[in-house]
Amino acid sequence: MSSENTSEQLMKEQVNKDTQIQIKNLSVCFSQGENVIEAVKDVSLNLYKGETLAIVGESGSGKSVTAQAILALHPKQKVSYPTGEILFNGKDLLKISDAQMRSIRGAKIGMIFQEPMTSLNPLHTIEKQISESILLHNKQLAIAAADLKRTKKTPLAIKHKVIELLNLVGIPNPEERLNAYPHQLSGGQKQRVMIAMALANEPEVLIADEPTTALDVTVQKQVLELIKSLQKKLGMSVILISHDLNIVKHYADSVAVMHHGRVIESGATSEIFASPKEAYTEKLIHSDPKGIPHPIPEKSPVILSSEKVNVWFPKKTSFWGKTTDYLKAANDISIQLKAGETLGIVGESGSGKTTFGLALLKLLPSTGTVIFEGQEIQGLNQAEFRSFRRDMQIVFQDPYGSLSPRMSIFQIIEEGLLIHNISDKAGREKIIIDALEEVGLDAQTRHRFPHEFSGGQRQRIAIARALVLKPKLIILDEPTSALDRTVQGQVVELLRDIQAKHGIAYIFISHDLAVVKALSHHVMVMKQGQIVEQNSCDEIFNSPKETYTKNLLEAAYFYS
Amino acid sequence: MHIFTPSSWTPLNKRRWINFRKNKRGFYSLIIFSFLFVTTLFAELIANDKPVVVSYDEQLYFPIFNTYSETTFGGDFLTEADYRDEYVAELINEKGWMLWPLVRYSYDTINYNLEVPAPAPPSNANWLGTDDQARDVVARLIYGFRISVLFGLALTIFSSIVGVVVGALQGFYGGKVDLFGQRFIEIWSGLPVLFLLIIMTSFITPNFWWLLGIMLLFSWMGLVDVVRAEFLRARNLEYVRAARALGLDNKGIMFTHMLPNAMVATLTFMPFILTGSITTLTSLDFLGFGLPPGSPSLGELIAQGKTNLHAPWLGASAFIVLAVILSLLVFIGEAVRDAFDPRKA
Repeated sequence: MSSENTSEQLMKEQVNKDTQIQIKNLSVCFSQGENVIEAVKDVSLNLYKGETLAIVGESGSGKSVTAQAILALHPKQKVSYPTGEILFNGKDLLKISDAQMRSIRGAKIGMIFQEPMTSLNPLHTIEKQISESILLHNKQLAIAAADLKRTKKTPLAIKHKVIELLNLVGIPNPEERLNAYPHQLSGGQKQRVMIAMALANEPEVLIADEPTTALDVTVQKQVLELIKSLQKKLGMSVILISHDLNIVKHYADSVAVMHHGRVIESGATSEIFASPKEAYTEKLIHSDPKGIPHPIPEKSPVILSSEKVNVWFPKKTSFWGKTTDYLKAANDISIQLKAGETLGIVGESGSGKTTFGLALLKLLPSTGTVIFEGQEIQGLNQAEFRSFRRDMQIVFQDPYGSLSPRMSIFQIIEEGLLIHNISDKAGREKIIIDALEEVGLDAQTRHRFPHEFSGGQRQRIAIARALVLKPKLIILDEPTSALDRTVQGQVVELLRDIQAKHGIAYIFISHDLAVVKALSHHVMVMKQGQIVEQNSCDEIFNSPKETYTKNLLEAAYFYS
Repeated sequence: MHIFTPSSWTPLNKRRWINFRKNKRGFYSLIIFSFLFVTTLFAELIANDKPVVVSYDEQLYFPIFNTYSETTFGGDFLTEADYRDEYVAELINEKGWMLWPLVRYSYDTINYNLEVPAPAPPSNANWLGTDDQARDVVARLIYGFRISVLFGLALTIFSSIVGVVVGALQGFYGGKVDLFGQRFIEIWSGLPVLFLLIIMTSFITPNFWWLLGIMLLFSWMGLVDVVRAEFLRARNLEYVRAARALGLDNKGIMFTHMLPNAMVATLTFMPFILTGSITTLTSLDFLGFGLPPGSPSLGELIAQGKTNLHAPWLGASAFIVLAVILSLLVFIGEAVRDAFDPRKA
């Protein structure tokens, strides 16, 4: 881009910024059987040329629905737009024909999605997938390609273009990666390929729908930096949809905050963050989990210790069925945990932190020594171990998957009591009511089914299920990862209070350093099944010794 | 469990019921099929060679449920009264009345008063004519429908139970159990079923239960793969893991947490297993290796139609009844499939 061009743009911006996409009073309704759900209500947004507009909000706030309406990606039979228009280059995108919309999708407006794992076709090479999106919109090349189809070769022009794109998105040695299949790429690389596909036809607008949510923190930063640099290079406008305010603060020029399908506040990023007008916005901005865990009671006994625990999965077997190679999911892990203490286990995906947690509960086979309350539990079989299950509980990551959809929450919580023959019918009812009240739920709702509760409430139910057995140890496997930021804070506080009250030890597994910091006494950093560093929480966060820990902290704290 | 009161249904089941009803063809098929099935369950009251109620000498008799000798009604013999006999009818009508079922023939009643040689074409007395042994076709169809559906249902239920159990064990334990189970099923399903059935039924005199048992030997495999896949998937569901972490034993996990998942797949398949069972029974009957001679069966009627080509009412009526049963069941099956389709919200 020439300097003249830039100065011209600057001048324009001073007078009146060029609008790229203007959404006026948009409402989006979905019909579900006879019910009509209004997912987006009267939303007005402006995306200016060359700028980044962030739409933030918690899950269900309608931010993705708004963005997908721009490209008419909603199923036609179910969606309706009672009011509003979406103006793009003077045309109302809600009124144009399907054919016209196809010429805009991918060519003028590109989109990248949250899940790079499922957005790429696993059966095609990345060259094929990227060249496909080029050919769809580039008539000249498409004709050339049709000519060459007989020779089954990709035309050189396209090949060059694909390599150029892969270079642009920072894939190393693109020439060699052309024939790679999606499974041969890492999550970050897949997202880069997705970006390359979205950019293939040099769109004027890029819609990024939670582009980094499924990625590890260190990769997140790289991808966001990439989008930012590409935006500068290509002069695109970007709509960034995110629930993560740290990202927004750093990368967006203006912000629209959505809540229950409405835009409740919008404006320049700096203004919104410096002086939010709405209480909800303020709550969002200050929703990071705060505080530190209650101190461990003095003279707490050690309740759990593990020595050189290995979880190996057979990878290769010889002809005679003997395993010759192992996938070492967790290797030589030794920990010590006192009553009332929290050990945070931190690591990126695939680091083996969940595997180790499951192995401690004998939900996965492992070798090594595990001593719980002075008793060796490693050698016990499932039946012998059953009496220990009462003392060692687990809360899973996904509050939607961990509660059986066919049982009422009363039955869900009662299950553990029934298994361990605790109390009689009336007694159990009282225990359950107490537990529900303790986790902050209305005990009146105990006969409802899980789907009637929100994510945060379900996680409370899962905690109540663990609590009724009065365990001495709870393994918390990413209990806050699937929750919105504001709800995360509440759950963290709840967990802290329960720990102080009952003196339960926690093993807190998470990739989210902010939450770990708010909850842990000790922190263990894991990478590829190995312990990288293990120290007290303060030490890890204030003076990390290993480079990996430093990188991790930098990536997570980079934004704030 | 109040299965039949919608108020106690979970929202999921309510939605399924709504989806089922949305498939109009399937819903009406269910109504028609239920009507036919329930009616034919009382076949003895619809088609019989004995009256439902006899009033004789100010007293009520129920010949269908009790056996009365001819002497009860002032006749000569001590044997059971033949109410179709004109002499007996006259005796009874003198001092009372008889209430006859809709069709005055049972499946094995031979009509000796035919004006033409059997098989007789449709007439006022025999609405769909008689077969080559002078038995009424309508009566045989009513009883044949009942026995086909009952047999089909029994076979479906038993083979589902076996299939679910085997599939569940394979899916739950995996490893060697799964490996050997799958290989066994592959070999077992490679056997030529119909020939084996024919060979085995020629060893014994097959009755309803023998046939059921023999067919069960080969029909249980249909569900195994579905249930096995469902259990393999469910093994790693978080709520199953959570239940294990609570200390639930294998049996408890299988029954309370994993089986309900597999039930969806099972229920979706059931109507199609039912049609398969009915077809197998019919083909065995057609070949003459099925139910004992004399039993009312659709297959046997088709065989008669084949041997008596000059009597098209035999083949035609059997064909129509079979076509109707199978179509109704397939339509119901489609509606069930829709009802359990998670994409149809």
